[in-house]
Amino acid sequence: MEKVIAFPLMGNYFLPCNYLFSKLCNAKILVPPKITSKTVELGGKYSPEFICTPFKYTLGTYIECLENNANILIQMGGGCRYGYYFELQEKILKDLGYNFKYYNLVSKGNTDLKLIYKILKEINPKLNIIKALYFSFITIKMVNYMDDIDDYIRLNAPYQKNVGLLENINKEMLEEFRNVKSFYKLRKSYRKCKRKIKNIELKDKNKKIKIGIIGELYTLMEPFANNNIEKILKDSGVSVKRFTNVTYLLFEKGKKSKKYLKNLKNIKYKMGADAMDNIYYTKYLIDHNYDGIIHMKSSFCTPEIGNMGIISKMCEEKNMPVMFLTMDLNTSNVGFETRIEAFLDMIEMRKKNE
Amino acid sequence: MKIGIPRAMYYYYFKDLFINLFNELNIDIIVSPETTREILELGEKYASDEMCLAMKVFIGHVAYLEGKCDYVLIPRVENYGLSSQTCTNFLAIYDIINNLFNMRIINYNINLRKKETELKGLIKELKKLGLSKKEIKDAYTIAKVKESKIKKNNVLNNLRNLRSEKSKILIVGHPYNINDKLIGGDVLKILKKLNVEIIYSDLFYTKDEYLNYSKGLYFKDSKDNISSISKCYNKINGIIFISSFPCGTDSLIFELVMRKLNKPYLNLVIDDQESSVGIETRIESFIDIISSMIR
Repeated sequence: MEKVIAFPLMGNYFLPCNYLFSKLCNAKILVPPKITSKTVELGGKYSPEFICTPFKYTLGTYIECLENNANILIQMGGGCRYGYYFELQEKILKDLGYNFKYYNLVSKGNTDLKLIYKILKEINPKLNIIKALYFSFITIKMVNYMDDIDDYIRLNAPYQKNVGLLENINKEMLEEFRNVKSFYKLRKSYRKCKRKIKNIELKDKNKKIKIGIIGELYTLMEPFANNNIEKILKDSGVSVKRFTNVTYLLFEKGKKSKKYLKNLKNIKYKMGADAMDNIYYTKYLIDHNYDGIIHMKSSFCTPEIGNMGIISKMCEEKNMPVMFLTMDLNTSNVGFETRIEAFLDMIEMRKKNE
Repeated sequence: MKIGIPRAMYYYYFKDLFINLFNELNIDIIVSPETTREILELGEKYASDEMCLAMKVFIGHVAYLEGKCDYVLIPRVENYGLSSQTCTNFLAIYDIINNLFNMRIINYNINLRKKETELKGLIKELKKLGLSKKEIKDAYTIAKVKESKIKKNNVLNNLRNLRSEKSKILIVGHPYNINDKLIGGDVLKILKKLNVEIIYSDLFYTKDEYLNYSKGLYFKDSKDNISSISKCYNKINGIIFISSFPCGTDSLIFELVMRKLNKPYLNLVIDDQESSVGIETRIESFIDIISSMIR
């Protein structure tokens, strides 16, 4: 039987995942259908009641993939109860009558490189460890480069004179990434892209609104889960700072979060998942004179519920506008856009009055 | 000097230890009363709307103690070793309270992965109150022995109840949900009225029995809950799951266990509703089904 691998979608990160697994596993990679309201409905139908939204999204994606003949599913997650999704999802899908193998790359909430190697070896018995390390390295670098360019675009897109230039350059780079064969080529196309981006003329930076978006990771990174908030903000001419990305979560969190904790006077411990990090970001945004904060989370996200009170208290003390958004299975985004517009109008009025 | 202990969340894990420890040290303690609707309303005033019911109750108890004591005792449990972590509410509990109230807090952390034990934390914190290390150590040892005696008695009682002639119902849930008067109190009252034997999931000595139901579980409290099911599976007639709305860990694990169970079960999610009539009807019909099955 032919092996067909599938994994859930999250933003742009399908590209590096696809790259890694197609190089390492001698199998077909299924391109998951884009998340639509149908996916979400499917996921919601078979999920328990009080589960956070990423569970429903990923379950829906899995069902659609299994309908398209996938037989190996891969899940990666840890931190809060995200790490425990896989066991229940496996049971639910098996109860629905599908036949497949399910691997979780994070075991019991801890990343274990040995286990990942074992899983990959099971999928592809001919796996060569040196080749695996080399392509993993390229993938990691690819993620780093993508995040770097994304951060720059998010901050500067509203300032460009011709709309869409930055995005086109980014698209070109991603297209080149798809087929790179060596690290050298990858770095070359990244540097080319970076040079082009730096050459684009930018307008006066002072007039535009600057906003930071913080919150739960999946909701922030998957555009369907957050109703395309980044696009809405960009179209309204707002420069956006987002801290959470895969580079941070996988490679930088361990070191940086210790530093963050030292800098926070009102917090003593890491509060689980990204709760403490988001409190630090709030402090950072206040200290760097941003104009507003949007806090997003999926419904029932326990760590973020815990930090909401602290964040709103900090913002109140420093007179910082903050908006809390709870995202669930959204089907219409009309009301959502109105809320964002009202928030931006309020910030603009404040700016004028100053 | 008076130390306040809120009767919620971790209190139900550590109550015998705390009471005996401070008794040995001759320190006055005040434990907040059983949860009432007023305490919950106090908690709802301070808490975020979306917090789980147990957390709201906890904040209510702390608010009740405000002004009635010099210190309030809030330990933080991070983990009991590798892949035995706690719910994220337990991780955040100290910082949430510290930012909500202006109280002096006695706080220590239990993190066995980094060898931060209960005793080390207690010594460090209680030293600040002017007690010597030896005093604390002795009192802790005595309290620990007394605690294990009480636990042993309770477990024995629980096991004895398993031999009863009446229909036996296992109640699965966190101790701070089952034993709280507002959250699990109604359920227990109704069950006692219906004359069934109640077996508690927290009164067992458990080890790795949870592996029968779940291989990748890494929440300590849930492990204990689930293990108790395998411990007495053949002797009970039915299972009632109790969780507070919206409990993060229970929503996943109970669902998984329910899908694997081959016994009658009832899943009760308790929220802050005023009346228990709906729950009463559900429990009554559940017990009816069980007794008809026995016959």
